[in-house]
Amino acid sequence: MTRLLREVFSPALEFVRNFGAMALFLVQLLRYTPSTIFRRFGLIVGQVYNAGALSIVIIMVCGLFVGGVLGLQAFANLERFNAEEATGILAAFALVKEIGPVITALLFAGRAGTALASEIGLMKATDQLSAMEVMAVNPMQRVLVPRFLGGIISVPLLTAVFTMVGLLGAHLVAVELLGVDVGAFWQQLQQAMDVEDVYEGIIKSVVFGIVASLLAVWEGYSAVPTAEGVGRATTRTVVATAIAVLILDFMITAYLI
Amino acid sequence: MRQNLAVEIGTGLFVLLGIGALFFLTTQTTGRNDFSNTDTYTVEARFENVGSLKTRAPVAMSGVTIGRVTGIEFDGASLEAVVTLVIDSRFDQIPDDSDASILTAGLLGSQYIGLQAGGSEIYLEEGSEILFTQSAIVLENLIGKFLVNSGSDEE
Repeated sequence: MTRLLREVFSPALEFVRNFGAMALFLVQLLRYTPSTIFRRFGLIVGQVYNAGALSIVIIMVCGLFVGGVLGLQAFANLERFNAEEATGILAAFALVKEIGPVITALLFAGRAGTALASEIGLMKATDQLSAMEVMAVNPMQRVLVPRFLGGIISVPLLTAVFTMVGLLGAHLVAVELLGVDVGAFWQQLQQAMDVEDVYEGIIKSVVFGIVASLLAVWEGYSAVPTAEGVGRATTRTVVATAIAVLILDFMITAYLI
Repeated sequence: MRQNLAVEIGTGLFVLLGIGALFFLTTQTTGRNDFSNTDTYTVEARFENVGSLKTRAPVAMSGVTIGRVTGIEFDGASLEAVVTLVIDSRFDQIPDDSDASILTAGLLGSQYIGLQAGGSEIYLEEGSEILFTQSAIVLENLIGKFLVNSGSDEE
């Protein structure tokens, strides 16, 4: 009987334990953040390059086409009401408030998060983290915190680039391809949007950056130190980030709207 | 060392691009003409009913935006809505007997304040009040009146 209970409840218990361990890990990361910023700034720059600068191409290509398809869909449906000029408003609101932050976070998880998780997992599997400790190098400062901070800095910047390129894509499709008046497109867009709308997108991108970076670093750090374990950690990074980002997106929107 | 330099330049370019994009989003996609960084003066107008007028709504004269609504409050003593308008100082020759009315842009557009010039020699200035105002047209009231009238016609 107790065995049955244990088997039923152990996944739930495991989930709660995992969550607690992750929270403690976050506290550790934050504890070493100030000293890493002052002593290991170069490492953070290197990680911004890895996670951010190297993701810029995929972000721009995806942004261009997402913006373009938004322009197409908005135009096709607004045309029925003779309101093609509002294409810009629709595309801009969708991009700035929802699609920009969410898709950037998902792309970041796929492009950079997996790399972080497998890198850290492999370091753990090959005992590099333990070796650092033996050499009196703190792996927190040397490996984990720079990757965490690099992700946090990169995601909001990537989101801004994605949104800007997306607007450009919407402009190309709506104005150049479908013939919406360029003045109407931008003027209506500027009149409809407030600075608060842009802030909402920025707040989301910052939160998603923290969540995506934390999950990637955590999954790598907590990976089972085998080849299979590292593979599973990589998968779990993408799944966990996608779920967390989409749930948080709903919660932030509900709170800010 | 070489490689390090390339990384730093790449990161720098990325960060600059990101900040540039943020700047673009906050300045180019949001409503300009908010008169927050030009010289302005503030006037008040009292309305019986402001309808669905919102703060930041434009104040227009001859169809050109010359200011914004910055505050809408209810005066409990006179039972009227007090609307605060901010007008660009370049337009300092608006007669003080001008007429302010709440209009709607298009059939389903948002509401704005339209000023109709008066004939006075005294101009509006900081703190003055627009005395002649016309309330927003509330569609429900209009329909109500129309129904009542058409009902009485049949008698």
